Amino acid sequence: MSVSRRGFIKLLGAGTACLGLSQLGLDLKPAQAYAARLKTEGCKEIISICPFCSCCCNTLVSVRDGKIINIEGDPDYPISGGGLCAKGAALRSLHVSEKRLTKPLYRAPGSSKWVEKDWDWMLEKIARKVKDQRDRDFMLKNEAGLEVNRLESVFSLGTSQMSNEECAVTHQAIRSLGIVHIDHQARI
Amino acid sequence: MTQSYTDIANADAVLIMGSNCAEHHPIAFRWVLKAKEAGGVVIHVDPKFSRTSARSDFHVPLRSGTDIAFLGGMCKYILDKKLFFADYVLNYTNASFLVGEKYSFKDGLFSGFDASKKKYDQSQWAFEKDEKGMVKRDKTLANPRCVINVLKNHYERYTLDLVSQVTGVSKDNLLKVYDAFAATGKPDKAGTMLYALGWTQHTVGVQNIRLAGIIQLLLGNFGVAGGGINALRGEPNVQGSTDHALLYGYIPGYHNTSIATWKTLEDYQKANTPKTVDPLSVNWWQNRPKYIVSLLKGWFGDYATKDNDFGYNLLPKLDPGQDCSHLFIFDRMYQGKIKGGFLFGHNPCQSFPNTNKVRKAWDKLDWLVVGEVFHNESTDNFKRPGADPKKCKTEIFLLPSAYRAEKEGTISNSGRWHMWHYKAIDPIGQCRSMGDMVVQIMGRVRALYAKEGGALPDQVLKHELPATFNADEMCKKINGMFTRDTKIGDKEYKKGQLVPAFPLLQTDGSTTSLNWVYCGGYTEAEGNLAKRRDLAQTPMQAKIHLYPKFAWAWPVNRRILYNRAGVDLVGNPYNPDKAVIAWQDGKWVGDVPDGPAKPMAQGGPYPFIMQTEGHGQLYGPGRVDGPLPEHYEPAETPLTVNPFSAQMSNPCMKQVHASEYDVLCKNGDPRFPIVLTTYCMTEHWCSGSETRNGPALLEAEPQQYVEMSPQLAEEKGVKNGDVVVVESLRGRVEAVAMVTVRIKPFTVMGKTVHLVGMPFAFGWTKPKCGDAVNRLTTSVGDPNTTIPEYKACLVNLKKATKVTEL
Repeated sequence: MSVSRRGFIKLLGAGTACLGLSQLGLDLKPAQAYAARLKTEGCKEIISICPFCSCCCNTLVSVRDGKIINIEGDPDYPISGGGLCAKGAALRSLHVSEKRLTKPLYRAPGSSKWVEKDWDWMLEKIARKVKDQRDRDFMLKNEAGLEVNRLESVFSLGTSQMSNEECAVTHQAIRSLGIVHIDHQARI
Repeated sequence: MTQSYTDIANADAVLIMGSNCAEHHPIAFRWVLKAKEAGGVVIHVDPKFSRTSARSDFHVPLRSGTDIAFLGGMCKYILDKKLFFADYVLNYTNASFLVGEKYSFKDGLFSGFDASKKKYDQSQWAFEKDEKGMVKRDKTLANPRCVINVLKNHYERYTLDLVSQVTGVSKDNLLKVYDAFAATGKPDKAGTMLYALGWTQHTVGVQNIRLAGIIQLLLGNFGVAGGGINALRGEPNVQGSTDHALLYGYIPGYHNTSIATWKTLEDYQKANTPKTVDPLSVNWWQNRPKYIVSLLKGWFGDYATKDNDFGYNLLPKLDPGQDCSHLFIFDRMYQGKIKGGFLFGHNPCQSFPNTNKVRKAWDKLDWLVVGEVFHNESTDNFKRPGADPKKCKTEIFLLPSAYRAEKEGTISNSGRWHMWHYKAIDPIGQCRSMGDMVVQIMGRVRALYAKEGGALPDQVLKHELPATFNADEMCKKINGMFTRDTKIGDKEYKKGQLVPAFPLLQTDGSTTSLNWVYCGGYTEAEGNLAKRRDLAQTPMQAKIHLYPKFAWAWPVNRRILYNRAGVDLVGNPYNPDKAVIAWQDGKWVGDVPDGPAKPMAQGGPYPFIMQTEGHGQLYGPGRVDGPLPEHYEPAETPLTVNPFSAQMSNPCMKQVHASEYDVLCKNGDPRFPIVLTTYCMTEHWCSGSETRNGPALLEAEPQQYVEMSPQLAEEKGVKNGDVVVVESLRGRVEAVAMVTVRIKPFTVMGKTVHLVGMPFAFGWTKPKCGDAVNRLTTSVGDPNTTIPEYKACLVNLKKATKVTEL
């Protein structure tokens, strides 16, 4: 059996507990009281990955009652050994930031304001925009008369923040509209 | 990366050039320090002294944009002093190949240049072939047209004196680096090169990396532990997003986008499948047709049949040579030719060069769909300082995106490790994943086409797109499945079963795979290998920090690419103490070898399996701007003459001209005598659009600054902490002066040249922190990739009389 470093620490902990420190005459009450105050008490740990550089440091996300209580480096990730840089260490603050976008927002032409809209309204409007633009500008042939089946007036930019699965479905979706102006962070 | 991050520890020499690893990839730097602790030498070549320099054995400052001069000098040094690994060079590289008689190089230009088109006829650089089509070789290396002699001849001009004068690096410093790194040319020594955007973001970016590759081939540093060439890629899944080709010129798996002249699938396959007559060359890309058909079958499902070219005609096709990258997207947007679009997790109004142009182009859109986590300079461009929202007609749909811990899926690190991340909580508020956004938008668009018809509805409707986004299902589709019961050899596979590995993909439509490089990462027997967490190693693997059971790496879990070049002809590792693979008792042990075939001495193939002729390319006729790297000055240069040739800048460099901002200084422009280079920071992520929302991060790095030498500060009458205005021909930026000895003036061609450095993380959406440095940079690009030249342009600076941005 191969034991991960974190698993090993847990085993070690269990072994130590079995010794029964209290039998040695130590008063464990203050330590127990401290332990009860640990902020990750009762949390579930989930493995995620830092969304910044391509080291892709694995993280342990502590969750209680559907809320992120803590995010720290995963000591089992061979590359990081549990370390995180300043950005990774600030990950929780970004997840729980009040500045997060949490509702679909619409900006009308000429307006200086964002207006909240529901998803259905947004998706319906977007689909109509996309279809109208594609139908208006679609090129079946180029100037030389060769078949090209492309749409030049619409672009797609981003993103390396997507998972591989999101990238794959996005690429397919873009091509299915005939879009050719496609780019993202790999080029900049 | 040819290696993985953990492999850096195996290096005897680490050359960090075009990267500030300690600050921008801090965790990766652990492995650099491990190499150092084990006795390796760490060298940092970079315009400014940074925390990377502080932990290196020595720092060598270099004028931004002169890497080819620097490395060309190293190439000459290695060849002159015969420090190369002779057996490796002879057996594994194309050193002995004969370059055809049409090749020439004269005063900065290779043969075949058409000045009116700024293009070469690359056929003039071809190798000489015999009547059977075999590349002619001279294994004695006596023929002057042998690649090794052409190479030597090319870099003859790169003398220590000239390289020193052009780069601003002292001869002592040049020799220090050349000696330390060339020492890895011995069989049992390895040197690694770590680079980042400091190499790519130049008008000669691709050739910077080509030259690094040439040096690594000369020194026998590919395929060995602690060797290779390693891009410290910037973005979190930029490896994966490149593999899946969120890029105009490719479809997933590194295949060209089709062009109008490839009318049929057969045309496409013919044009894109390299051929060799050499039986010892694996020429892996000969398998491309299998990957293309499996991709089309994955996209179009039952609709795709042999009779309809598997749906090939429904793919959009480019015109030959059509460039649809960022630079041209914004140029066409500025001209009003692009009307709308999708923007996911990207902030071009802050991060793209010549930002004043980009922001004005953005104003001209009719509609825009954005998936984002926070507001940024691109979402809110209509209300940027100085803009009148009333004049901006763009209708914007801003969709709130789930953040990393709120979704599951895989991402791929720089070392190609394919890793699963789990969902910790549901997306907050009404946030949705970008995968959800894409399939939901497409669901609606497809419903409209099904109901109303329109322009070529089949293109939209024949694709098999999921109705809901499920990462696990997509992961299986990426790997690929059998479309019917199939027998391959004596093995039977059932319809719907996962394809075990890409050698089993077929051209007859019996398999699907949305990306062949990932095929084999999700198996019937072990499930999704991206979820593996096993740290088990054999003693041989433990010695080189190889973790073959942690996650999975493409291709086929190979952790070190071209590892057959790390052993001699009979299969013994060049460095037995740090063996990657070894031929023992009739089989390979260690890493997954580059194919199971026997070693070369027993009739096995050449090691560089992805190259058509199987050899590492010292001379590489595939790049559009030359088969060998040549020093050209950046598009904006403080020099008036390029001492290497009459050709000042890259003759094939990409340029756009639509706006008043598309302007370049004349060479040695006295109005803008200072070189500017840009960089990111430890505390802020790239354009800063996420991290400026982290209170601790913004407190640690709150404001735009410009680093300058005390000498320049004195010349300009600027004190540390003063606000200065930095100006280029394209824009102005306010910044706090950071007067520091970290930056030193350069002596270039006998004259003092000052360089300043500025981070690009600060934008106007956070009040008083400054605004985009990219308002200064140029819209010119490398001719192979169109990556813009962020890292070198010309500016001037003066003390600010009035401060508005800070």
